[in-house]
Amino acid sequence: MPEGSNPAVELDLDDGPGALSRALRAATPWIAVVVLFLLWELGVRAFRVPDYLLPAPSAIWTETAAIPGAVWGHTWATIKTISYGFLLAVVVSLPLAVLVTASPAVANSIYPLLVLVQSIPKVALAPVLVVALGANEMPRIVVTFLVCFFPLVISVAAGLLSVPAEYIELCRSCRASRWRELWRVRLPYAVPFIFSGLKVAITLAVVGAVVGEFVASDVGLGYLIQSSTAFFKTPLAFGAIVILAVIGIVLFQAVVTIERLFFPWSVSDDRFRG
Amino acid sequence: MIELRGVSQVFRSRDREKVVALHDIALDVAENEFVCIVGPSGCGKSTLLRLVAGLIEPTRGGISVGGVPVTRPREDVGIVFQKPTLLPWASVLDNVLMPLKLMGRPTAQARPRAQELLRMVGLEGFESRLPGELSGGMQQRAAICRALIHDPPILLMDEPFGALDALTREEMTLELLEIWQRRRKTIVFVTHSITEAVLLADKVVVMSARPGRIVQVLDVDVPRPRAFEQEALPAFQRIAGTVRALIFSNRRLPRDA
Ligand SMILES: Nc1ncnc2c1ncn2[C@@H]1O[C@H](COP(=O)(O)OP(=O)(O)O)[C@@H](O)[C@H]1O
Ligand SMILES: [Mg+2]
Repeated sequence: MPEGSNPAVELDLDDGPGALSRALRAATPWIAVVVLFLLWELGVRAFRVPDYLLPAPSAIWTETAAIPGAVWGHTWATIKTISYGFLLAVVVSLPLAVLVTASPAVANSIYPLLVLVQSIPKVALAPVLVVALGANEMPRIVVTFLVCFFPLVISVAAGLLSVPAEYIELCRSCRASRWRELWRVRLPYAVPFIFSGLKVAITLAVVGAVVGEFVASDVGLGYLIQSSTAFFKTPLAFGAIVILAVIGIVLFQAVVTIERLFFPWSVSDDRFRG
Repeated sequence: MIELRGVSQVFRSRDREKVVALHDIALDVAENEFVCIVGPSGCGKSTLLRLVAGLIEPTRGGISVGGVPVTRPREDVGIVFQKPTLLPWASVLDNVLMPLKLMGRPTAQARPRAQELLRMVGLEGFESRLPGELSGGMQQRAAICRALIHDPPILLMDEPFGALDALTREEMTLELLEIWQRRRKTIVFVTHSITEAVLLADKVVVMSARPGRIVQVLDVDVPRPRAFEQEALPAFQRIAGTVRALIFSNRRLPRDA
């Protein structure tokens, strides 16, 4: 905004274009998506690309919408896998991060194990897990968990360890127990770190669920992609991919919204932004 | 009440060089005495307070409070740090109550007390604000309330009014005298201001830097209750002059104490 001479006039002029440009900014991504799909549709039609190579959005829609019950069943299975795997990661990661940061001795014993687990390709692990856990949803959930828990542990631990010395000194001067120090100071301080970990983890959880479904499943969108490509039903596979993208975006936004609603200071306080 | 005997503190800087923050400090603070510490920055004033608070252990020498050697922080000590160090996610009221929460004491009856303290320092109506919404001076005033919340008999204050504007500073100075008059406490108060030191203290401890040591301890024989008008009194002027002379002579002749 330029520094104007008459604030009243400026306010008046400001309001209309300000609101309009804000609305425009909010709409830009949507417009971009719509344009992309339009170009895609036109391109496929103009060059007569066969369906099994690259289906047009309209073909994806008709094929996917043709079997709503089945698609919904696969979608629901994937959502469940993502959720359980993600929640398991959260439930395991928080205490683990607290443990890792509790003492150097604990850190030294747990850290190598974590790195070892992390360095195993999860795709390689999936078939073994099926043997071990049976042909049910457990292997998929475990793969999802394994894919997303490591970054979560790392970011929570980083948050717990980066509490400024003066806050710790405050705790010490009040003779706070370790538990109270953790609960009143370290954890709240780590909230922005926890949420940046959660955002990474939820994105990876989608990847993990699909990997699990590729290897060990007869349900889920990952399975749907595999089975439909096997029969050259490419539009259906694309439909599943689009649904996966939507699930990813919605879950990511859910994490962002939870942070905004319950920890507004975490979003706004620039003290936390290095 | 507070005794330091032959206390030295040596820090290792990052390049492994020794920094003698305090050298052979001996100091006695009587019960309910108000002691001010003045000295150039870097002379170890904060270190001295942190030692008395039990936050760090001296390299040499012994410290005791109430006859008990200090090995760790005590619950009967309130500390105002040089920076406000309020927790940015907690409201002003919660910050003031934080020591009790950290100590694990019930806080139900402490709320009115916290509100009373906040009113006293002019922060009424700011109870539910976050520290980030307050000016630096207001934050430090909240930090002072936090140090007073458990009504500690001993108060350690590290340049608590340093971030305040001149007017608020005078107001807070009088307020602190009032608190101390009403409920006697043993106070060790670090300041840069010679006037503030003389106005508040029973005893002014003058320190010099490199290595940090006590140059002289002066008794302030200005009658109480104190007020800013007393600044004009000859007794006040004499002591303030002596403190000033000690600090400046030491600047010119650092080895001559
Ligand atoms: N934790 C520390 N590690 C290393 N050096 C320190 C530490 N704390 C203080 N010092 C050094 O000790 C000296 C005294 O510091 P301080 O007590 O903060 O002085 P003052 O409060 O009088 O300004 C300074 O030279 C400072 O650099
Ligand atoms: Mg200092």
